[in-house]
Amino acid sequence: MGDLRLMKGNEVIAEAAIRCGCDGYFGYPITPQSEVMETLMAREPWDETGMVVLQAESEVASINMVYGAAGSGKKVMTSSSSPGISLMAEGISYIAGAELPCLIVNVQRGGPGLGTIQPSQADYFQSTKGGGHGDYRLIVLAPSSVQEMNDFVDLGFELAYKYRNPAMILTDGAIGQMMEKVVLSEYKPRMTSEEINDKYGSWATNGKKPNRDYNIITSLEMDSAKMESNNLRFQEKYKQMEEEEVRYETFQCDDAEYILVAFGSSARICQKSVDLARAKGLKVGLLRPITLYPFPKKPIAELAKKVKGFLTVEMNAGQMVEDVQLAAGCGNSSVPVKYFGRMGGIIPTPGEVVEALEQKLIEA
Amino acid sequence: MDVKDIIKPENLVYQKPKLLTDKTMHYCPGCTHGVVHRLVAEVIEDLDIQEKTIGVSPVGCSVFAYNYIDIDWQEAAHGRAPAVATGIARVNEDKVVFTYQGDGDLASIGTAEILHACNRGENIVVIFINNAIYGMTGGQMAPTTLLGQVTATTPCGRDLERNGYPLKITELIAQLPGTSYVTRQSAHTPATARKCRKAIKKAFQNAIDKKGTSFVEVVSTCNSGWRLSPVDANIWMEENMFPFFPMGDMKDGERDAPDAYLKKN
Repeated sequence: MGDLRLMKGNEVIAEAAIRCGCDGYFGYPITPQSEVMETLMAREPWDETGMVVLQAESEVASINMVYGAAGSGKKVMTSSSSPGISLMAEGISYIAGAELPCLIVNVQRGGPGLGTIQPSQADYFQSTKGGGHGDYRLIVLAPSSVQEMNDFVDLGFELAYKYRNPAMILTDGAIGQMMEKVVLSEYKPRMTSEEINDKYGSWATNGKKPNRDYNIITSLEMDSAKMESNNLRFQEKYKQMEEEEVRYETFQCDDAEYILVAFGSSARICQKSVDLARAKGLKVGLLRPITLYPFPKKPIAELAKKVKGFLTVEMNAGQMVEDVQLAAGCGNSSVPVKYFGRMGGIIPTPGEVVEALEQKLIEA
Repeated sequence: MDVKDIIKPENLVYQKPKLLTDKTMHYCPGCTHGVVHRLVAEVIEDLDIQEKTIGVSPVGCSVFAYNYIDIDWQEAAHGRAPAVATGIARVNEDKVVFTYQGDGDLASIGTAEILHACNRGENIVVIFINNAIYGMTGGQMAPTTLLGQVTATTPCGRDLERNGYPLKITELIAQLPGTSYVTRQSAHTPATARKCRKAIKKAFQNAIDKKGTSFVEVVSTCNSGWRLSPVDANIWMEENMFPFFPMGDMKDGERDAPDAYLKKN
């Protein structure tokens, strides 16, 4: 059964980082994710695996520490919550522009501004459409359980290195603070300097070697033609992600007439909503995007050919609904796509979701 | 007679450091960056640390420092070089990491990063080029611009009420317990350049010896930003900057001992 524990989502992020051979964590306290760094500091991984943990002076500094360490080929990460991620936006853009792999965890809280410390999914646009300046994309993973908080740390790093691109775990205060049973991953050793040189020596600043030119980590290019070719290369990379990395899960969709689309915490609630609706004789299913970027467009387009409508359930004012509308429109331009959600840190109830489904789609 | 017959190895008294690349520098003639780049390259060569030195270049005129010295480099966002250097140094204890920053980068947008890196005593070297102006963006007021100094954003001279005081950030840095060596130098004459080279070498040796943060300010000219000839810029610097930014070591030794900073019980 492996290493079965009862743990908080935030604690699991820390544990998974140590176990997956992470070289460094740089962070700054912010509610509701402070347990990530607290757990790391209490675990003292520098004695166990040699992992560095540093409390930076700000989120601005911590993301730039990640930039530096990732540039040297090391496996590094940070975590924060919404306002802190806004502060990191500059650094994230530079990391994407310099094509560095790293993992960023956003345990979302409500906004805008200081907003609330209660859970939210209002950073969907920020995570999937930009956040920082310039044409770039993050690989965005949305866990809906504490188990996935564990699993996506390793997966996030794997994808980040595969594409030399920052990956983000987009979760929220509910999953960060929630205790659930989790099977922790096996320990993987940190990479040695030799392994880093063999694998990443062509770009990493691991010290100039006699057999290669010196490496430069930068996002700057003054020649417009070269910059455009960089931009095109990034776009090719994002296209490859869209072809190869889409992950999603369906629940009772085979005979469904109506599809709920929800990620993270909302998807957990919607599972119960599906049960409630089915008990009332309504044929309802759930599609849960696991990768928010790349977004599961194709399965939604396929479902759009046969269902009567989609309802997105989000803890925001309706953000993912735009992507579902675009995707559904590719399959069937007339299928209705509606949104239901709560804001301010309020988590929708399964019953509310079924009511919204009836009002907005079935009786409409 | 061929030039090779005249310049025999035994007659050489001066040559380009091996670690300076052959790329044509983009700096204006008369700019101090070229001299300091050379000094940094010489020191890295002297200490035989090419393979373990990582440079972090800033945003500003020296954003392209990475084109000129044959070592691995990372280019940082504006002001963030000390955080980037911290990241590199913390996960690569065998490396020697330095930042190369101007006064807009270090003393304005990057004050938080430089103060905290120095206060933590990161094992890094900071080379701080202070020419009292933003060079790359066209000569605007910097935090170090003197009162009365004319810049693109202070066309009538820097005004105290409107713009506040010039910042002596190096004096602040010298107060921080994590620093082991804080000095102010110039490099506008052969004698001062030699002194500056010694200071840079000490700073790199400190980083090798893990003695905490070493900080070398070089009071510099920006003759194009100042709208002066290179020669006049040197005179202006001596007359105006040296009295306000006096030369010399502000701290030379060890990081502070922890005793005075410990909780009592």
